[in-house]
Amino acid sequence: MPTVGVKRDALFKALGKTYSDDEFQSLCFQYGLELDEITTEKQMITKEQGENAESSVGASEDIIYRIDVPANRYDLLCLEGLVRGLLIYQGKIDLPSYKMLAPQDGFEHKLIIKSNTSTIRPYAVGAVLRNIHFTQDSYNSFIDLQDKLHQNICRKRSLVAIGTHDLDVIKGPFVYDAKPPAEIKFQPLNLDKEYTATELMDLYSGHAQLKQYLPIIKDKDVYPVIYDNNGVVLSMPPIINGHHSRITLNTKNVFIECTATDLTKAKIVLDIIVCMFSEYCDQKYTVEYCEVVQADGSSNKYPELRYREEVIQTAKTNTAIGTNESGKNIASLLSKMCLQSKPSNSGKTIKVTIPPTRHDVIHACDIFEDVAIAYGYNNIVRTLPKTNTIAQQLPLNKLSDLLRGPICQAGFTEALTFSLCSRDDVSTKLGTNIESVKAVHISNPKTLEFQVCRTTLLPGLLKTLAANKKMPLPIKIFEISDVVLKDVNSEVGARNERRICAVNCNKNAGFEVVHGLLDRIMMLLEVPWNPQRGETGYYLLESNDPAYFPQRCAEIICNGKVAGKIGVLHPNVLTQFELTNPCSCMEIEIESFV
Amino acid sequence: MGDLTERILHILSETDEIGTLQLAKLLNEDHQKIIGALNSIQANGNLVIAKPQSHKHFELSQEGVVVAEKGSHEALVYNAVQGDGIEQAELMKLPNAKIGFSKAMSAGWVVVDKSTGKQIVKRKVNKIIDQVQINLQAIANGDFSQLTDNIKQEYKKRKLLQEVTVKSFLLSKGPEFNISLQKLETDLTTEMLLLGTWKDLKFKSYNFEALGASPESGYLHPLLKVRTEFRQIFLEMGFTEMPTNNFVESSFWNFDALFQPQQHPARDAHDTFFVSDPRTTDNFPTDYLNKVKEVHSIGGYGSQGYGYDWKIEEARKNLLRTHTTAVSARMLYKVAQEKEFKPVKFFSIDRVYRNETLDATHLAEFHQVEGVIADYNLTLGDLIGVLSEFFKKLGITELEFKPAYNPYTEPSMEIFCFHKGLGKWIEIGNSGVFRPEMLLPMGLPDDVSVIAWGLSLERPTMIKYGYNNIRDLVGPKVDLQMIQNTPICRLDK
Repeated sequence: MPTVGVKRDALFKALGKTYSDDEFQSLCFQYGLELDEITTEKQMITKEQGENAESSVGASEDIIYRIDVPANRYDLLCLEGLVRGLLIYQGKIDLPSYKMLAPQDGFEHKLIIKSNTSTIRPYAVGAVLRNIHFTQDSYNSFIDLQDKLHQNICRKRSLVAIGTHDLDVIKGPFVYDAKPPAEIKFQPLNLDKEYTATELMDLYSGHAQLKQYLPIIKDKDVYPVIYDNNGVVLSMPPIINGHHSRITLNTKNVFIECTATDLTKAKIVLDIIVCMFSEYCDQKYTVEYCEVVQADGSSNKYPELRYREEVIQTAKTNTAIGTNESGKNIASLLSKMCLQSKPSNSGKTIKVTIPPTRHDVIHACDIFEDVAIAYGYNNIVRTLPKTNTIAQQLPLNKLSDLLRGPICQAGFTEALTFSLCSRDDVSTKLGTNIESVKAVHISNPKTLEFQVCRTTLLPGLLKTLAANKKMPLPIKIFEISDVVLKDVNSEVGARNERRICAVNCNKNAGFEVVHGLLDRIMMLLEVPWNPQRGETGYYLLESNDPAYFPQRCAEIICNGKVAGKIGVLHPNVLTQFELTNPCSCMEIEIESFV
Repeated sequence: MGDLTERILHILSETDEIGTLQLAKLLNEDHQKIIGALNSIQANGNLVIAKPQSHKHFELSQEGVVVAEKGSHEALVYNAVQGDGIEQAELMKLPNAKIGFSKAMSAGWVVVDKSTGKQIVKRKVNKIIDQVQINLQAIANGDFSQLTDNIKQEYKKRKLLQEVTVKSFLLSKGPEFNISLQKLETDLTTEMLLLGTWKDLKFKSYNFEALGASPESGYLHPLLKVRTEFRQIFLEMGFTEMPTNNFVESSFWNFDALFQPQQHPARDAHDTFFVSDPRTTDNFPTDYLNKVKEVHSIGGYGSQGYGYDWKIEEARKNLLRTHTTAVSARMLYKVAQEKEFKPVKFFSIDRVYRNETLDATHLAEFHQVEGVIADYNLTLGDLIGVLSEFFKKLGITELEFKPAYNPYTEPSMEIFCFHKGLGKWIEIGNSGVFRPEMLLPMGLPDDVSVIAWGLSLERPTMIKYGYNNIRDLVGPKVDLQMIQNTPICRLDK
C-alpha cells in the first residue's frame, strides 16, 4: 500500500478546514485512507539515518501526515488528488471536467516511434501542460507524484517510465528510438558533463536510487532514447532524463512522455499526471494532446482522457450492498466518489460516468463499492445470511486433533516449529546428502533458514530441545504437522504428508519411552501389535539409517507398509543440533489411518 | 540443625528470656542460623514465645572500611605532599582527592603556594593525627565510646558510616516448653494405618503457604489451543473445513484464479517464495485457464479486464502459497463444476508463507484463518453481520469497517476492533466480496455472491496471551516452560 506524505498545514489550507488529528483520522477511515504516521521531515531523516545525521540539520519541522492510500487509487497519490477527492466526497466542490485541447496556434506536438524500440520498450505516449505555474510546494509534489507512480503502477519503472521536460528549450517533433549504448551520448540530469550510455550504466551502478532500474535494460543490445529535432537527448528511459530539458520552478510549458512495456498502464499514468497537475494551468484542467506516430505510420492522440459510461441497475446495487436506496440517492452517493451519475427516469438504472482519474473502476462491482463507501460501511444494516449448511471437519484434521490430546496425556509437550528449514537440517545434519532427499527447494530465500520445505519433523524438535537446555530432564516433546515431499504424481509435483514425531531426551536414550508412546498411539488407532509380522497390525523391523545409533533403529511397519521410523539418535546428529544428552525418537505418517 | 535447636532450648531453660542476637554471639553461630533453628522449634508447637524486636546500629560503609584500613582521604592527601610540595593538578589525580584536599585545607594541614605562578601544595604542619581513621577503627571493633552524635552524623554524611536495622526475636518459654524436640511425622502412611499408630503419633503441621508438586503431564501448544477454539467456532456456525494440506501451490491458483494481475507486486520475488524444484505445474483445467486468461487480458463478464498480455509461463510457476484463499479458489471452482449450485460455507486454518523481512510481529510463515460463504445474492450487510457474530464468539463486540483495496475482493473491508487493553482501534482482519472476474470464469451462476474474510491466528493469540514477540510463540526457540504455563483458551472470556 503506497504511503503519501503531505504537509499538514498545506493540506488543511487546501481542504479549507483545520482538523484535529483524530478528526482527520476519522475522515480518512470513512474514505478508505489511513493516517499512518504523524511526523516531520526532520524526524523522518533522524529515523532513517540516526540522531546526528548531517542532513537533518536545517530539515523542516513542519508537521507531515503520512497517509496510506489503497494500491489502486493512483488519483490519490499526491496532495492535489487527495484534496480534490476529499472535497468532492464532502460535497464542497464539483467534479472537474478534464479536457483535451489541440495545441495552441503554431504548435504541433509529435512523438515518432521508431521500429527499433519494439524489442525493448515498444510503447510511448505524451502530452503537454500549457502555461503552468509551479510553486516550490507544487513543484515538489509534481516530482513526488512521478516517484510514487514509478514505485507502484509502473512497477519500479519496468512497466512505465515517466519523463517531464521544459517544452520551451526543445523542439519537436520528438523521436523515440532505440540505439546501441555506445552511440547514445548526452549530459544527464544532475551531472555536469556528457557521458555515453555505457559509461552511465557503469556510473549509476553505485547510485542509491538509480541502480535498481539498470537491470531493466542493462543486457540489451539497444537502449531506449528520446531525441528532439535538434538531436538533443530528452531522456534515456527508464534510467534518466537529460539535463538540457530539465524542468524548473520557472518552467511554463511541460512536455510529458511515458515509455512503456504495457500500453494500458502508460495511458493510465499519463492520464493521472495531466489530470492532477492541469489544476495549475492557466486554463484549469486542460491539456494539449501529443500525436504519437507508430512505426507503421498509424497515429494516435494522447492523453486519451476517456470518459467511460457504465449503466448499473438500482436493484442489483442495493442487493450487493444490502441497502434500499432510490436511484437518485445512489447517483448522488456516487457523485461524492468522483463518479458523475444520473438515474434514469424510472430510477431503475443509473448511468455512471467514469472519469480518466478512476481507471481502478473496471466493473460494476467497483461502482457498488463506491456506493457502499459513500453510504458508509458502518451505516449498513447488519444482517445474517440465510445460508443453511451442515458443518463437517476435514477427517485428517479431526484425526490429528483427536491424537494430540492422548499424546499430551502420555507426558509429551506439544511443539510448533517452522515448516521451512535449511538444506543441511534435512540432509547433512541427519547424515545424508541433499540429493537423496525428496525436498521442495525455494528459489529465493532471504535467509538460510528457509531453503527447503521440511521433509521430516525431527529437525524442528531437535532445535526446540537445543533452545530448552535449562528445562529439567527428561524432556519429552512432540509435533503433529505436515512435511512436504516431492511427488511427480501430484498436481504441482509436491504433496504434504501429516506426521507425528516425538522425541525423548534424558540422561539415557530411553528407547522404551518412545516405543511405549508408539504402542499407545497404535492402540488408539486400533492397530494390533503383530510380532508374527503379518499383513495386518504393526511391528518393528530393524533397519539402518545414518541418523540413528547402529542397531538401535527400526522401521515401523503398519499393515504391511513402512509408516515411519523409531530409534536412538546417532551421537553425530546430536552434535549437529548442539545437544549433549541422548535422545530417542519416533516419526510416523498418519494419513493412512484417516 | 537438630543440635542447634537443642542448644537453644537448653540455654532458654536456664534463663527467663534471651535475644536471638545474644544467642548468636553466645553460640558463635550466624544469626540467620539461629532464626532457622527457631523456625524448626516453632514448627513443633508452642515451645517458645518469640517477640519480634528490631534495633538500629551503625556500621562502616564500604568506603568506611577502606578508610579504617588505609587512612582518611585528607590524610592520604597530606601524605602525598612531600618535601617541596606537589603541583595541585598532580595531587588531584589521587583517588578521592577532591574531598581529601578540601578537608586537609580546612584542618590546616596543607597550604597552596602560588608564588611561583604554579599552584603548589605544601605541608603546613609537620605531623598529623588521623582522628577519622582512629575513630573508624574503633567502630569496626564495636567500640562506640569515643563517638559523639555529631561525629556519627558527620561520618554518616561522608558515607563512611551507615545505619542498619537488625530484626531479631526475644525468646521466652512457651506453654509447651521442653528441652528436647519430639520427632514429628510428616505424612500419613499405609504402615500407620495398618498398625494404628497414627492415633498416638504427633504430626508436623502442614505448610499451606507453599505450592504443591506440579503434576507430571504433557502440555498443548498455546497457538494450537487457540486454533482448536477457532475451529470450534466455525463448526458451531456450520462451516465445513477445507483441505488446506498443500503448501506448494501454482501461481495460477494462488494468483491468476483470483484475478490478481501478473504484474502485481505480491507476485514479486521480494514478497513470495517461489519454488525452484519442482519449478512449474502443467495440470490446469484448460477451459477454465483460457477464461482466466481472457478476463485478465481483455475482460468480459462485465469487466474491462486489466488490458495486458497474460502469460501462461507466469501462471505455471510454483510457489509456497501466500494465502489459503488459493484453496478457497479451488473449492469454489469445484462447487461450480457441480450440476446444480448448492450454497456452501467453508473455513480453514493453516500455514501460509511470505518472503518477509522478519521482525517482532512478522514471520516467513504464519497461520491464516479464513471463512467463505457462497450463496445467492449475499450482501455486504450479510458479510458485516456474519463478521459481527464471528467476532462476538471471540469476545470482540466493537467492530468498525474501513474501505480497503484487495485485487480479488470488491467491495473490500479491513476489520478493526477496539482493544480495551491497548485503549485503541486495531486492525484484526480483512474481508470482502469476491470479484465477478474471479467467480464467473469458474462457472458459478451470475447471482451467486461469495463473501470471505481472513485473519492471522498468531495475532489474536499474541493479544490473548500477551506476547510481544512472535518468535516467543512459534518456532524452535519457543520456551517449553511458557507452553506449560499457558492457561486454557476461551476466547469469549
